[in-house]
Amino acid sequence: MQLTVEFGGGLELLCNSVKIHNINIETPKGAQQLAMRDLLVWVQNNLIKERPEMFIKGDTVRPGVLVLVNDCDWELSGQLDTTLEEKDVVVFISTLHGG
Amino acid sequence: MAESHAKVQKVGGGRLCCICNERRAALKRPKTLEQICRECFFAVFEEEIHQVIVENQLFNPGERIAIGASGGKDSTVLAYVLSELNRRHDYRLDLFLLSVDEGITGYRDDSLETVKRNEIQYGLPLKIVSYKDLYGWTMDEIVKIIGLKNNCTFCGVFRRQALDRGASLLKVDKLVTGHNADDIAETVLLNILRGDIARLSRCTAITTGEDGPIPRCKPFKYTYEKEIVMYAYFKRLDYFSTECIYSPNAYRGFAREFIKDLERIRPRAILDIIKSGENFRIATSTKMPEQGTCERCGYISSQKWCKACVLLEGLNRGLPKLGIGRTRVLDKDQKKDLKQSIGTKSIASKQCGSLDF
Ligand SMILES: [Zn+2]
Ligand SMILES: [Zn+2]
Ligand SMILES: [Zn+2]
Repeated sequence: MQLTVEFGGGLELLCNSVKIHNINIETPKGAQQLAMRDLLVWVQNNLIKERPEMFIKGDTVRPGVLVLVNDCDWELSGQLDTTLEEKDVVVFISTLHGG
Repeated sequence: MAESHAKVQKVGGGRLCCICNERRAALKRPKTLEQICRECFFAVFEEEIHQVIVENQLFNPGERIAIGASGGKDSTVLAYVLSELNRRHDYRLDLFLLSVDEGITGYRDDSLETVKRNEIQYGLPLKIVSYKDLYGWTMDEIVKIIGLKNNCTFCGVFRRQALDRGASLLKVDKLVTGHNADDIAETVLLNILRGDIARLSRCTAITTGEDGPIPRCKPFKYTYEKEIVMYAYFKRLDYFSTECIYSPNAYRGFAREFIKDLERIRPRAILDIIKSGENFRIATSTKMPEQGTCERCGYISSQKWCKACVLLEGLNRGLPKLGIGRTRVLDKDQKKDLKQSIGTKSIASKQCGSLDF
């Protein structure tokens, strides 16, 4: 599945300052669909190059990191349970960097 | 079945905006938990700030107002929204951007580029004051001497004064800053953790320094950081987001994390902490420091010399640690020490990006 993953608000610094990543990701074996919880694991393993604690806390994003799926707040779509489809755009923005 | 369920989840349950009932909801407001669309979000976000400005009488027609602009999200959104509201509601304010150049290579020079773009994008005149011009030292030079441990002491003390000096150069009536609700809740918490009673009572005031040369106010006092960032994202505002390379700031970082954890469980916690701070009263028996002026530079100070002058004296005499150590408050003579400790302790506890006014 092709997805676009974007980092903003300073999170791009954790992935070699690259903001936009076009990725190819497989739906986990046995699962019908790819959910945000799967994407988070993949992003952490494949895109985040340093200080993962700035991005992840426990099994979800660190508080203060905003997540949008197709420009919609993931708090409206079930957060980790949000399912993803071909060509979706997922944006992570840190609110924690300098005012 | 699974398919349709997924689709429903995907578009936010296909949920409509609870304000207009027409468009698809784009975010959940932390303050109210409402689900609203982008357009309604812009409207309520701006309107609430307008209400705060009106209810607290932050400005008078004809005033010159400096916006403390760091190039970061808060001050960028503040500059954008204020110039918008100034037009829409005919505040008749003369707005200026005021930036401080601490002299931090690779951090401030980049963020100043953002402010310079904002100057053009929003049509607001920009004034930059530098540590080098004001104090004869850049932060880079200070860090070379003092190391990374206490540099935020300098950063915080110098920046506060630099903003005041820039504001008086611009001959403005007031200075507004982008401190948001999360910042203020964090400061309330920090002042409790530090036992800094004097600041605790001051830090929630929307306007401070009315007795001083230039009052400061915080139009974003009740505005959640999440909404500021969402607003900047949806409006595609151009801001700079890199951590100050000289700010380890562990204690403040810890308080911030705690606030953010609380927010996740109960978003209203941020407003409630601010409310606790507002309702806090100091017993009249607590002795507070008297305000005077610095004998050396004339800046407001409760001590003989202001904090910046103490720090500068240390730097210039090659004793950079001067004025940094925490003065110990002894049990025996606490009353006698209180006045002094408030003045001196605050130097040590002031952090980079300091929020205390
Ligand atoms: Zn709406
Ligand atoms: Zn002075
Ligand atoms: Zn600093």
